Amino acid sequence: MKPAPFIYHDPATPEEAVALLSQHEDAKVLAGGQSLMPMLNMRFVLPDHVIDLNGVAGISGVVDSGSTLEIGAMTRQRDLVRDPAVNAKIPIMPEALEHVGHFQTRNRGTIGGSLCHLDPSAELPCLMAAYDAVLSAHGPDGVRDIPFTEWPLAYMIPTLGPDELLTKITVPYWSANHGYGFVEFARRHGDFALIAVAALLETDGDTILQASISIGGAGVRPVRLAEAEAALVGGNIGADAFKAAAEVARGIDAMSDAYVSSAYRQRLAATLVERALIKAGERAKGSA
Amino acid sequence: MADTRDIEVTVNGESHAANVETRTSLGDFLRHGLGLTGTHMGCEHGVCGACTVMVDGEAVRSCLMLAVQTNGHEVTTVEGLAEDDGTLSPLQEAFWKHHGLQCGFCTPGMLTSLTAFLRDNPDPSERDVREAISGNICRCTGYQGIVDAALDVAKTMQKGS
Repeated sequence: MKPAPFIYHDPATPEEAVALLSQHEDAKVLAGGQSLMPMLNMRFVLPDHVIDLNGVAGISGVVDSGSTLEIGAMTRQRDLVRDPAVNAKIPIMPEALEHVGHFQTRNRGTIGGSLCHLDPSAELPCLMAAYDAVLSAHGPDGVRDIPFTEWPLAYMIPTLGPDELLTKITVPYWSANHGYGFVEFARRHGDFALIAVAALLETDGDTILQASISIGGAGVRPVRLAEAEAALVGGNIGADAFKAAAEVARGIDAMSDAYVSSAYRQRLAATLVERALIKAGERAKGSA
Repeated sequence: MADTRDIEVTVNGESHAANVETRTSLGDFLRHGLGLTGTHMGCEHGVCGACTVMVDGEAVRSCLMLAVQTNGHEVTTVEGLAEDDGTLSPLQEAFWKHHGLQCGFCTPGMLTSLTAFLRDNPDPSERDVREAISGNICRCTGYQGIVDAALDVAKTMQKGS
């Protein structure tokens, strides 16, 4: 239960970190450490080099650009919960973060770390899918922007080159009147969700103008319910519309494992989509 | 050759300079490097909460931080909660009064977690307290005494303020 020996690096800038990643073959990037440290302790990963981002300047904090929040990859989950701009513009984020581990792990855990670790049932990737967030990766040739739809490559693998570093997440936020709901089911509080759902609704009072539904935990990446979103837009907020969306969720591809069958995940998805939409509908104020 | 670094860290108000192997966890450094065995290592992968300490006042898992990462920072362990003359902190006193411990293995993590939690949430509900310690596993008490202690000390603090 102790990490195997490695060489520790503590770069001060993103450029230094990227240079270290380019130089060293078998390097792991250490962000908040709430996933990598257990894996090091249990020797699931045995890197020759560990590159610690905790001293890297300029990659944490939240900036409101007027239409998006630009969130530094090393912003800690606890700081997101407390951030006034996050609470005002993306109020679903603190609601989702309540489900991420415990307050002691949120004190260290970062948004970038969670997105790079990319656990299939993690809350933050599910939320970033709902918002079509854009992820900025620093590489040897500069910065490239990656839409979230292209971010998950495979099971727990983001589309990030071996010498690239996630530095910023840009989240386009919705109007002040939008409604939101984040719900999940887990066996114990703080556990990874069996199914998590993020729902966003924009209305003019009655009619739905924009809808986003994202489901985490069903497959290797979060799923957007595009068909249900399209069906909701133009209709009214109401139990029938939400039930119809839930029926779409029942048909998603869902994995099965030793504990939970695919059918049970589909059933959970239907129930939780309906609950998330009801919450979002109640909170949508209408922009009329 | 082991990869080592020189660090300077303040633990319970006392400054320490040490040469640590970079892969050493904060918890192991506190126990083996400084002899502060009040911090208990349980699961060593962030689940049980026994090893919780405060770094710059925030409760964190000492098994999920490297000692080298505390260079220049302040750490408070369970040994740092009581007064210098041994007078228990109000929370420790309440644990004693309400039977908030039996075997004592989870206690350092419970105390450090709840000390930070009650500082930030001086008027918590029972549900808030239970959520705060949801990342701290206790196999003896059934949590009731721990929750009672936290609520009692919160009530006393409210009266005092």
